[in-house]
Amino acid sequence: MARDAGTGTGGRVPRLSLKRLWAMAHKEWIHVRRDTRSLAMAFVVPAVMVVMFGYIISFDVNDIRMAVLDRDRTTQSRDLVDAFRSSGYFRVTARLADDRQISPLLERGAVRLVLVIPPDFSRNLAARQPAPVQALVDGGDANTASIAINYAQAIATTYSVHAVLKGQPLPVPLQAESRVWYNEDLKSSNMIVPGLMATIMMILSALLTALTIAREWERGTMEQLAATPVHRLEVILGKLAPYVGIGIVDIVLVAVAGGVVFAVPFRGNPLFLMGTAFLFLVGAQGLGIFISATSKSQFLATQLAMITTFLPATLLSGLMFDLSSMPKVLQIISLVVPARYFITAVRGIFLKGVGFHVLWGQAVGMIVFAVVGLGLAVHAFKKEIA
Amino acid sequence: MRLPRLDRARLARLARKELTQTLRDPRALRVIFMAPIIQLVIFGYAVTTDVKNAALVLYDRDNTAVSRQLVQELTASGYFRLAGTASRASDLAEALDHGRAILALEIPRGLQTDLASGRPATVQLLIDGTTSNTATVAQAYASQIILRFGQQHSAAPAAIATKGAAPGVDLRVRAWYNPNLESRVYNVPGVVGNLMMLMSLLLTTLAVVRERELGTLEQLMVSPLTPAEMIVGKTLPVVGIAMIDLCLITSVATLWFHIPLRGSLALLFLVSFAYVVCGLGIGLLISTVSNTTQEAFMTMFMFFLPAMIVSGFFFPIENMPRAFQYLSLLNPVAYYVRAVRAIFLKGAGLAALWPEVAVLAVMGATILWFASTRFRKTSA
Repeated sequence: MARDAGTGTGGRVPRLSLKRLWAMAHKEWIHVRRDTRSLAMAFVVPAVMVVMFGYIISFDVNDIRMAVLDRDRTTQSRDLVDAFRSSGYFRVTARLADDRQISPLLERGAVRLVLVIPPDFSRNLAARQPAPVQALVDGGDANTASIAINYAQAIATTYSVHAVLKGQPLPVPLQAESRVWYNEDLKSSNMIVPGLMATIMMILSALLTALTIAREWERGTMEQLAATPVHRLEVILGKLAPYVGIGIVDIVLVAVAGGVVFAVPFRGNPLFLMGTAFLFLVGAQGLGIFISATSKSQFLATQLAMITTFLPATLLSGLMFDLSSMPKVLQIISLVVPARYFITAVRGIFLKGVGFHVLWGQAVGMIVFAVVGLGLAVHAFKKEIA
Repeated sequence: MRLPRLDRARLARLARKELTQTLRDPRALRVIFMAPIIQLVIFGYAVTTDVKNAALVLYDRDNTAVSRQLVQELTASGYFRLAGTASRASDLAEALDHGRAILALEIPRGLQTDLASGRPATVQLLIDGTTSNTATVAQAYASQIILRFGQQHSAAPAAIATKGAAPGVDLRVRAWYNPNLESRVYNVPGVVGNLMMLMSLLLTTLAVVRERELGTLEQLMVSPLTPAEMIVGKTLPVVGIAMIDLCLITSVATLWFHIPLRGSLALLFLVSFAYVVCGLGIGLLISTVSNTTQEAFMTMFMFFLPAMIVSGFFFPIENMPRAFQYLSLLNPVAYYVRAVRAIFLKGAGLAALWPEVAVLAVMGATILWFASTRFRKTSA
């Protein structure tokens, strides 16, 4: 019977025993607990990520450094420069006297924009003719550059209205009255913090779970485990349990930190969030175990886990970058990235306050992911032991 | 500080042993040379801050030639695509709730007649702010297109007066280095910085910690190798591999992504060498505080993640809170990313980049010196 109860190499699969499962989980927990650094990591990394991403990720652009080459030197040209300065978006850090000073300044990245006002600027304005002014922009950072260009255009238009129309309002025959929903102030922390849950779960599975079986291989304790009378599902579930527990604690931490530090609204159902998160965790950890069992070395396991789970969860999930702007191939690949569905669900729960009737597709996706992850883990484990 | 003497024969043997050990596993080989390329390709395509094809749902209550033309203008811009039409206002809310669209446009009845008679008109725009960056950009684009459309189609005398070459400031913008303002041109060189750091950290730490875990580090200690020889012998292969990776990444960036390499290749290698020395110094330092591979990975990750975030790779450093801006002054990744971008896009030479090169060289030397004193102490 002891042979039969082994890792499933012979005969029928024995019944699962809760006691053995508990023993496995307990053993794994001791491993985790002894490894203080991993444990610290499991809680410090989420905290660091939430704080750093929450504060840093900002697509707002202000305080753009600019230089001015004013060849006109009249009241009008000074007014134009003042309009840039007083807009709050630009800071004039250099005044140039010569063309040749422009290139080194942009090359060093000292300024992002150089405004060149030609000598006939005020004459053209007075003659009610178009007065060309050059704006040279460092296009390297395309995102910041386009925002800076938009600001500059707006400032130039406003200035023209004042200078030419003498204060008459610019006619606005058609206007878009826009209202932003769910994230009214367009705060990036509202978008990032809930999404980070997926990334953090993936890091946990890549850095903690992916090592658990590879470690047993490297230390030679896998044979011992194989010789013990435990069912392979018991091994897998036992190994998973502590990490799923850590993951759940992390989710709560992120949610609380998001609410307290960044005032991210929570409009949905917390139980629904926990349910989806639990399924996602099981799937991610199962995947981690699968990678671990197939690579057998800690180095490979970590690298593979990074490439197959962490990277897609960060880049192809819509966490920071818009999926619909990516090439078709990546959009298709993103369809099998579980984090994508999880992030949609989490954002929906946090910001939109929607529930199962909207997010049922995502919920089904999470169930599929959990089953596939667990199945892969059990399958790989069986093959390795036999 | 006197430079320690190195025995070339012993050094070569140790370096060869390290290389053999690292490259023996064909899967490890794949990780070392394929992973950077895969990552570069994914990053190159995925890291985009451009907004294209944002889903728009439409409720057109006017349903006239003018309203259809407005929609046509929005979709023809390439920023938006029509994801559906609604026949009730509540359908718009539902589309946003379900995430089927991130923009909802409601055109009121009478748009055509209002514009034709010169009366001011408004259209309603609802935006899903969940993804705030896309929402911000999409809102700006949509408002601009609508505004321009109004000016072109209104019969109001003021609009007619300002049509065409309006008098006033005519701002002519020229974007240097990246005339089409593609985000990829900026991001791909940034990825180089992250991959180079990851590789040098990973390989150095592993080379030491693996031996410690297997217990062979003691054997090395009792061999006639001097500590200096051991450090150089362990890190030399890492420098070699990292430089090969640099060649691979640069080839993919220029040949596949068509990122212009306007600066000097020699300067790129010089700056990368200093940077790799920083990376392996940090790797060595991490290996002195880690007993197991897992511990080493954790510690590495704890360093790498924040270093990547405050490097200016994803988000400009100048927009960060002050504290993080100061933090970035200590971050080798920040200097390297800036230098690589300047070399690639601006063709910057040593005249512009000497501060970055100097800082990286000083950092590299300091970190390596500190790491090797610690290394000697912990392994003695």
